[in-house]
Amino acid sequence: MSSVLPSEADEPGPTLTRDSVAHLAHLARLELTDAELDLYVDQLSVILHSVAAVSGVVGTKDIEPTSHAVPLTNIFREDVVRPGLSRDAALAGAPSAENGRFRVPQVLGEEQ
Amino acid sequence: MTAELTRLGASALAEAIASGQSSAEEVTRAHLDRIEAVDEAVHAFLHVSTESALDQARAVDRARALGDAPVSRLAGVPLALKDIVVQAGVPATAGSKILEGWIPPYDATVTRRLVEAGVVILGKTNLDEFAMGSSTENSAYGPTRNPWDLSRIPGGSGGGSAAALAAFEAPLAIGTDTGGSIRQPAAVTGTVGTKPTYGGVSRYGVIALASSLDQVGPCARTVLDTALLHEVIAGHDPLDSTSIPQPVPLVVDAVRRGQADGVAGMRIGVVSQLRGKGYQAGVLESFDAAVATLAAAGADIVEVDCPHFEYALAAYYLILPSECSSNLARFDAMRYGLRVGDDGTASAEEVMSRTRGAGFGAEVKRRIILGTYALSAGYYDAYYGSAQKVRTLIKQDFEKAFTAADVLVSPASPVTAFAIGEKVNDPLAMYLNDLATIPGSLAGIPAMSVPSGIASDTGLPVGLQIMGPALGEERIYRVAAAFESAYVAAHHRSVPDAAPELEVGVR
Repeated sequence: MSSVLPSEADEPGPTLTRDSVAHLAHLARLELTDAELDLYVDQLSVILHSVAAVSGVVGTKDIEPTSHAVPLTNIFREDVVRPGLSRDAALAGAPSAENGRFRVPQVLGEEQ
Repeated sequence: MTAELTRLGASALAEAIASGQSSAEEVTRAHLDRIEAVDEAVHAFLHVSTESALDQARAVDRARALGDAPVSRLAGVPLALKDIVVQAGVPATAGSKILEGWIPPYDATVTRRLVEAGVVILGKTNLDEFAMGSSTENSAYGPTRNPWDLSRIPGGSGGGSAAALAAFEAPLAIGTDTGGSIRQPAAVTGTVGTKPTYGGVSRYGVIALASSLDQVGPCARTVLDTALLHEVIAGHDPLDSTSIPQPVPLVVDAVRRGQADGVAGMRIGVVSQLRGKGYQAGVLESFDAAVATLAAAGADIVEVDCPHFEYALAAYYLILPSECSSNLARFDAMRYGLRVGDDGTASAEEVMSRTRGAGFGAEVKRRIILGTYALSAGYYDAYYGSAQKVRTLIKQDFEKAFTAADVLVSPASPVTAFAIGEKVNDPLAMYLNDLATIPGSLAGIPAMSVPSGIASDTGLPVGLQIMGPALGEERIYRVAAAFESAYVAAHHRSVPDAAPELEVGVR
């Protein structure tokens, strides 16, 4: 079925190593188990190989990128105070709160 | 009597309530009873709001007793809300463990408009985690089952909303569509669903997946009911900066026009690239029959060529992961949702990482990693940048096609409902389910799926996709209504009315 996607089977194409997936997961603050890393390296390589064709399609052609389907710019509103959530409502879903504030784990580690 | 109420459509229910033939409370209770009877098997709902639904229904009945005119054409009609749209005080999960137990403190604009229109919200429906998937198998709360065959998927991500309609648990539902999450579930459950023009419905209070693609839309069992719901939820909202400042399209009038006048004189384009390889024989057969029906109803059928659609799936699977990796950064274990590993010594970063590792499912993790890669320095131009250029080429293909045709048609899903588990270990095979719907998503145009019939090879429903130019909702509804009328005239019943009864025994 994957033949429906353009592929670059004859070209070397991008590859993902186990280390690069681990690095990307770290950048995304996503803890992965060894089993997950093993699984995702293969799956992501297949996906990436299929989607990488886009760079070949456009090549160096001068095409204006489309960021949004129906672009709108300069959306303004009156500079007036609008009601927001009360403090209690904002804290109601917090995993931990203390003295009317969000309680978070230490932001700097020991060594920092 | 109550069993019959669940077989009625939204417009018939609204009339029965407005005329006093039934009370809104009676209608709501009938649907709550149906949910209780069949949802253990279907699993369309993640949460049923029994008390607030009955309160809403009683308020409609009280207003009528006081002699007030109905607040909308759908006052008192029950609806199933996809669990990615927030409702104040009702749990919202987006199908993810990372939001388990979260109670949103505010209403989405869509929710507010529904409540103001007297639409009774029955509960929250199941979906693939953060709307990433085409089968609901990526829900952290277990898959939804297709009412046509409980061993099969109901499509995704909005499989819960579509299954609720096909199982007669609700006559109306809300979906969201990023790459096909309204249209593909509608197709495989034999129901109707519309993805409006990008910006046509407010996304304020909708948990974001890919911000340049996400769109909220109406779902029902008939084209008229879908149009009635469309007019309730659509329209400009200053709280969403991508909301289009345009009047609500008059889609209900368009439906009446389609029912009365058909499609005589309309040019309907068949997209060459959206058929053939990857499409099931029974789907193509049903599609060809639908095109013949439209031709017999007076439409001019033209063949249109959209050569860049070939690259739509590739562009989509760069744009979507890129945007979702950024949007899902907000789930950081600090302000709401799950927190794991906060043992007093772990840093905020470690807690964040552990929480996201424990709270997100496999597909979400894959897309976050892919998006992080595509957006990283040195790769941005080659991947995300190129994908946005492909998007331009696809938009241009559509613009050219719409000079030759008023609307475009294709199958909405390349296959009928497949078995639960069949594609779960092959992400790429799963992505191919959105082959026909993704081009329209990338271009931001309105598109809908209406049942085209039952596939002769699987005995399961097939969806006809109808696409229009940006803000061309009225055209697609007209064609959908004309097709639906012709189908019912020829087959003496609609596709959703042929859905299995789901024998539930005597309770």
